[in-house]
Amino acid sequence: MKLNQLTIKQAQEGLRNRKFSSVEITKACLEQIKKHDKKLNAFITITEREALESAGKADELVSQGETLQDKPLLGIPIALKDIFSTKGIRTTAASNVLKDYMPVYDATVVEKLKNAGAVIIGKTNCDAWAHGSSGENSDFGPTKNPWNTEYVPGGSSSGSAVSVASDMCIVATGTDTGGSIRHPASFCNVVGLKPTYGRVSRYGIVAMASSLDSIGHITKTVEDSAIILNTASGKDPKDATTLGFPIPDYTESLKKEIKGIKIGVPREYFIKGTDPQVSALVKKAILVLEKQGAKIVELPHTQFANPCYYIIQPSEVSSNLARYDGIRFGLGRENFGDEAKRRIMLGTYTLSAGYYEAYYKKAMQIRTLVKKDFESAFTKVEAIITPVSPTLPWKLGEKVDDPLKMYLSDIFTITANLAGIPGLAVPCGFAEGLPVGMQILGPQFSEELLFQIGYAYEQATEWHKQKPNL
Amino acid sequence: MNYTPVIGLEVHAELKTKSKMFCGCSSDYFGQKPNTHTCPVCLGLPGALPVPNKKAIEWCIMIGLALNCKIANFSKFDRKNYFYPDLPKGYQISQYDQPFCQKGSVKLANGKQIGITRVHMEEDTGKLIHQGDSTLIDFNRSGVPLVEIVTEPDFENAKEVVEYLKKLQQIVRYLSVSDADMEKGNMRLEPNVSLRKKDVKELPKYKVEVKNINSFRFVEKAIVFEIKRQTEILENGETPAQETRGWDENKQKTVSQRAKEAANDYRYFPEPDIPPIRFTQDQISKIKSQMPELPIAKLSRFIKDYLLSEYDAEILTREKDLADYFEKTVNDAKDSVKYLTIRPSPKIIANWLINKRPDIDKILPARLIKEIILAGELTRVDDIELEKVIKKILFENKKAVADYNSGKIQVIGFLIGKTKQHFPKADTNQIKTMIGKLISLYT
Repeated sequence: MKLNQLTIKQAQEGLRNRKFSSVEITKACLEQIKKHDKKLNAFITITEREALESAGKADELVSQGETLQDKPLLGIPIALKDIFSTKGIRTTAASNVLKDYMPVYDATVVEKLKNAGAVIIGKTNCDAWAHGSSGENSDFGPTKNPWNTEYVPGGSSSGSAVSVASDMCIVATGTDTGGSIRHPASFCNVVGLKPTYGRVSRYGIVAMASSLDSIGHITKTVEDSAIILNTASGKDPKDATTLGFPIPDYTESLKKEIKGIKIGVPREYFIKGTDPQVSALVKKAILVLEKQGAKIVELPHTQFANPCYYIIQPSEVSSNLARYDGIRFGLGRENFGDEAKRRIMLGTYTLSAGYYEAYYKKAMQIRTLVKKDFESAFTKVEAIITPVSPTLPWKLGEKVDDPLKMYLSDIFTITANLAGIPGLAVPCGFAEGLPVGMQILGPQFSEELLFQIGYAYEQATEWHKQKPNL
Repeated sequence: MNYTPVIGLEVHAELKTKSKMFCGCSSDYFGQKPNTHTCPVCLGLPGALPVPNKKAIEWCIMIGLALNCKIANFSKFDRKNYFYPDLPKGYQISQYDQPFCQKGSVKLANGKQIGITRVHMEEDTGKLIHQGDSTLIDFNRSGVPLVEIVTEPDFENAKEVVEYLKKLQQIVRYLSVSDADMEKGNMRLEPNVSLRKKDVKELPKYKVEVKNINSFRFVEKAIVFEIKRQTEILENGETPAQETRGWDENKQKTVSQRAKEAANDYRYFPEPDIPPIRFTQDQISKIKSQMPELPIAKLSRFIKDYLLSEYDAEILTREKDLADYFEKTVNDAKDSVKYLTIRPSPKIIANWLINKRPDIDKILPARLIKEIILAGELTRVDDIELEKVIKKILFENKKAVADYNSGKIQVIGFLIGKTKQHFPKADTNQIKTMIGKLISLYT
């Protein structure tokens, strides 16, 4: 096994036992990037010099006897979605508006990852401003799916999913406003976590839609996902929406048996229009976890979730993008791409006097109903399993001219953002040579449970071990 | 005049909290080097988030309580979206439909109640500095806490407005929440003026807002000017335009700045970065208990406890520092100088403070007491005795009396001097009052 193929867990053990050094892992990742990124376009910025420097420092610390107690991620190469502010490393949001923007500060999560010893290897490509479901909407060119480069890798955290799936790094961060972590994770056969809203600080991450943005990560295994959440989560005095909910050691309870757990399947997520191959794989996956099959639950307001999301999200986007006026930093507003302009116009319209009541306010009421749907479902079952995407990955260019079709690819993921609940995407098979993922949803702050279910499934299957043939 | 003015007022007061409204930067921006009190939050950098300043919210509520407002149990911040180069985020965090305080009132001296519509919390903007062809931006002021106090259109003339403003300024200074210094811009005034026919009840269909006013004197002049201007328009059978005007001190008139038709649609919506705020009755009571005594209460207490005239008590309570100094002196005179046989009464201390205006920042109360005592045994002369002597002096100094009555009031010093020859230790104020009372009889 090559060092760049390691999981966090394996890298931690190897580093602790001095089987290899952080510099060696980092070099292996850099080499993989050099070899394949021309084709895949997962990175916008590669921080080779800084990465090797901090890997060297990590090795020094290990040789001085630093335990992983204080620095659990010591020496582990990580890629950051290019909307995480990184002090002194340009942060573009994959938009021409910020193509030369150099942050003067680190996002809270970046600070935490650095303090934990992680080695930042580069900034990954994504849909500009995290607007998109395919990774094609980047001013730095589309990212390609490593399983078939004619296909999209999913978005918006496209580069993060691809860099992990193709072993260009050990782990990558992402953001999920309507599915932007879970979606590309499922298209690339990797694990993606969208934590509970308020679990991980948003401070320093270019805002898309503030009430929906969740900060998570993409990993090779469920266990790795738990390791990163241990570091990333917690109340941040700089983010008033983070909550002081206790942080368990997510890795500790991982292996707890889940026998007898009640899993629900929402009728509304197995509908016409969903690719039958996808439905079949997810149903098969549920049988692995529960031999008798899952309980059917109702989430009656699901059909309104998409229109509701496409009012709230652009409303917040239109306001959040107002600061990009080219006066203090970045370039002027003429550099916004079509999708950003579309959302600015939609949001400005729905917030306008006379329309606010009819659109934004109504959407907020529906949002409450979606939330209540989940609350009531979670009184009957402990977790819900659904497909991540209604379709298999599609061909590059297939949906770029049809924004509505593109928006519909998020229908199974946006509900978790509206409700503020966590969702974990786990690989569950292949169809036509392309990966399919399932998502495990639970009540707010139930990440431990999601990891237990995901881990149990991983132990019983081999899907996550499949690697693309690059 | 066949018209009654309808005047409402919006006042912005900057709070003097240590840090800004939504970040840890110092809010003490005045006179500082530009852009030295800034951070990602108040510069609106990508990813930065606002965290509300608890103290500022408490102070906003204190102002609301002092203005007899109802305090909301549930409140929230909203975004007010508009573009201006001094507004780094492209929106101002303010409060729209659920402000912290609503429905208060302030009583004027004539007994009239002025309704307070709302008191809400928001953030200040940066400052534009125009230099030749270019414009510079200083973000030191960006994010400084700002409280907006809006009245009902209850004022009918400029005098009422000025009285209210002085009261408001006094209240926020008493609460020690704002310096309310007009010159430094920590208090900003925006009157809106319109006129209605004498016997018409409903509000006029137009409203003229006057901005850029930085003194109480200018607000008075601007309102007087507007009333005259609008009266002329109405008397010509026309309706004044709905617009925003500015006060031009050089031209001594208001000038049109922008027509209301072009007004912004601010697209308010709840600020998603700040969770809604809930207050329990206990929390509100706690804030209330931390409030110092307010001017009105202090005034009546001074009259009652120290047997001062309303006139004296009003002067002493105008500023909290002076009022506190007065009370400290009275207490010191009672306690710490017990060994002295002569103790100045509250009335004598009050007179001394009002007439001699000692520098209360430099002179300690104990020293002031000594000064009063050394200046002479200040006793109150028998009024009948004093009256007799003054009558005689006024009779003997007809020229001075005539001068005084024709307006040269400074000759009173000469008359006081004459009287003092008879009563060297008498309280000057007592003599002055008596001369003032008698002199008009000698025209």
